[in-house]
Amino acid sequence: MIHFESRAEICWFHEWIVVAVALALTGLTCAVLLSVFGFDPFVSLERIVIKPLSSTYGVSELLAKATPLITIGVALSLSFRAGIWNIGAEGQLIAGGLAGGAVALAFYGVDSFWVLPLTLLGGSLGGLVWGAIPAFLKVRFNVNEILVSLMLTYVALLLLSVMVHGPLRDPDGYNFPESRLFHDAAILPKLFSAGRGHVGFIFSLLFAVGATWVVKRWHLGFEMKVSGLSQRAACFAGYDRNQTIWISLLVGGALSGFAGVVEVTGTIGQLVPNISPSYGFTAIIVAFLARLHPLAVVPAGLLVALSYLAGESAQLALGIPGAATQIFQGMLLFFLLGTSLLVNYRIRFRRRL
Amino acid sequence: MHKFMMQLRTRVIVSLVAILSFGIVSADAAVKAGFIYVGPVADGGWTYEHDQGRLAIEKAYGDKVTTVFVENVAEGPDAERVIGQMANDGADIIFTTSFGFMNPTIKSAKQFPNVKFEHATGYKKADNVATYSSRFYEGRHVLGLIAGKMTITNTIGYIASFPIPEVVRGINAAYLAAKSVNPNVKFKVIWVSSWFDPGKEADAATALIDQGADILMQHTDSSAPMQIAEKKGMYAFGQASNMAAAGPTAQLTAIIDNWSPYYLERVGALIKGSWASSDTWGGFDTGMVELAPYGKAVPADVRQLADNAKKAIIEGRLHPFTGPINKQDGTSWLKAGETADDGTLLGMGFYVEGIEGSLPSAN
Repeated sequence: MIHFESRAEICWFHEWIVVAVALALTGLTCAVLLSVFGFDPFVSLERIVIKPLSSTYGVSELLAKATPLITIGVALSLSFRAGIWNIGAEGQLIAGGLAGGAVALAFYGVDSFWVLPLTLLGGSLGGLVWGAIPAFLKVRFNVNEILVSLMLTYVALLLLSVMVHGPLRDPDGYNFPESRLFHDAAILPKLFSAGRGHVGFIFSLLFAVGATWVVKRWHLGFEMKVSGLSQRAACFAGYDRNQTIWISLLVGGALSGFAGVVEVTGTIGQLVPNISPSYGFTAIIVAFLARLHPLAVVPAGLLVALSYLAGESAQLALGIPGAATQIFQGMLLFFLLGTSLLVNYRIRFRRRL
Repeated sequence: MHKFMMQLRTRVIVSLVAILSFGIVSADAAVKAGFIYVGPVADGGWTYEHDQGRLAIEKAYGDKVTTVFVENVAEGPDAERVIGQMANDGADIIFTTSFGFMNPTIKSAKQFPNVKFEHATGYKKADNVATYSSRFYEGRHVLGLIAGKMTITNTIGYIASFPIPEVVRGINAAYLAAKSVNPNVKFKVIWVSSWFDPGKEADAATALIDQGADILMQHTDSSAPMQIAEKKGMYAFGQASNMAAAGPTAQLTAIIDNWSPYYLERVGALIKGSWASSDTWGGFDTGMVELAPYGKAVPADVRQLADNAKKAIIEGRLHPFTGPINKQDGTSWLKAGETADDGTLLGMGFYVEGIEGSLPSAN
């Protein structure tokens, strides 16, 4: 009989080898699926996965797509470590994009260096406020932060919709619900001449490094971890649970808001009713792929971003339907979670007694 | 094991050579036409008809052309990347087939000056960006006549997407035509803020029928409203494509967007090297707007009326926007006998007199 036995200690090497195994298994399954559908798996995988990355343009777009995933993924890995389940990063992203976009539009035509920093600050504050609501309700009334933050996502989406249908609508846009294009002063500088990769990516790397430092070196990081592992232990140690809640959700909100404003000023260049293809939710997957290590969020974010690009190039190069992207992503997640089981548990084969 | 690795390596090398040579061949011999779709090809409406145009190109030009498409591209941050990826992948001409792709198209056109872009239903052009649309309002006029004649409750339900001129124009054209044959007709409009959302469209259709509408019109892309009409025993008009499959008895007729003539002409021009940026707005006369065969429920006199109107529009004897027409607020828009100019039609942001309710933007 097969038994799963919890491992007392988890070797760091094991943690990462499963990722490699999961990747290999995903590639293998994709190859099998592709050959079943009559495509040459080697040619196909090369065209789907490698070719998008063989140009500056492709790399630039990959970084643009990964930026919000990494920024939010870092925030979520901190918060999930502390056992604060901020599911509404999407809403905080939208609130940040809206607030930052409003600042950019308010100073439309002002050609000064401070417009962009102010816009970024506005966006972060917008997300911060959106994260503060579930934090306040949890600390004051012990309301479940999962529900509040999730519901606030829809409020943010509707608020953005109202604003782009009304006050922030492009005066020359023939009533189409979108704002005018931002002035150049409010546009994030690009990293390359091709594609839309922008300096927001550098910020996301800094966040990942900063968060790792907090987790490894600061007492606060330790407190949050203990609080996440065992609230009672944290309580006996005299750690302030409320402080953990506030920090988790405020940092989560501010970083998600920053991701939102970076998205509107970096890749979109205007406010539209849909500024995010569910980055806030996808970042949850990214955080868990990274096993809640802030630094590992960087490769995890890049990988998930690549899976989106791969889905598009699969359509372009092979004419595979768009739904195939979701199959690839689903397989990746399935194998990752499946193999993670082997990290946390040891398989024992025992004879029946 | 070693043998397997050898085979693998040979395999990879062969593949790489194949890819490289394919790239060279396709770059030399064929024009590559790309299409960006806002919905799925199987929507049975707007996107389906654009894809029919793509297939017509493949059929007509054979190995002189290759085509690619990406479906379900959201009008948001992803659009620009997909357009760019397509251009980067060697597309020579890219058709972006939804209004919301306008700014992404213009921005991509700047990054890829050697690629030609064609944007449907927008108003921003560039040296390498042409725009095209159809005079759907001519079709709406005929639909309005049929609806005005056939409604029993004198209430027409209208499922609208976004309050942009194209949509507002359609509502006005249909209402004016309906009113001309039935002075008591009323229009009820529901805005769903989406081009393709079968769930929302179905909800809107149900709500309109509950409010007394017995005929539905839509300016959204799915056949969900048609299915609701069929189920509830009401009538409806197909949008963008023949939706008779979704409503065999419900469909009175449908406006069919036939993009094939335009796509054939533009890709043909690119092959010949005579492509230039332009603005095309074709109606019944160009074949870009067509009507589906009338449903069984449409009586002979109404068919005659509809056929006559279509003929008159083609021959230039009838313009759907002919005065006297007042705006909703009672101010005069067109004097008796005056017809609307294209500029006003393209920027139409107001209801005509008699339509109730206000545009979602009028706040």
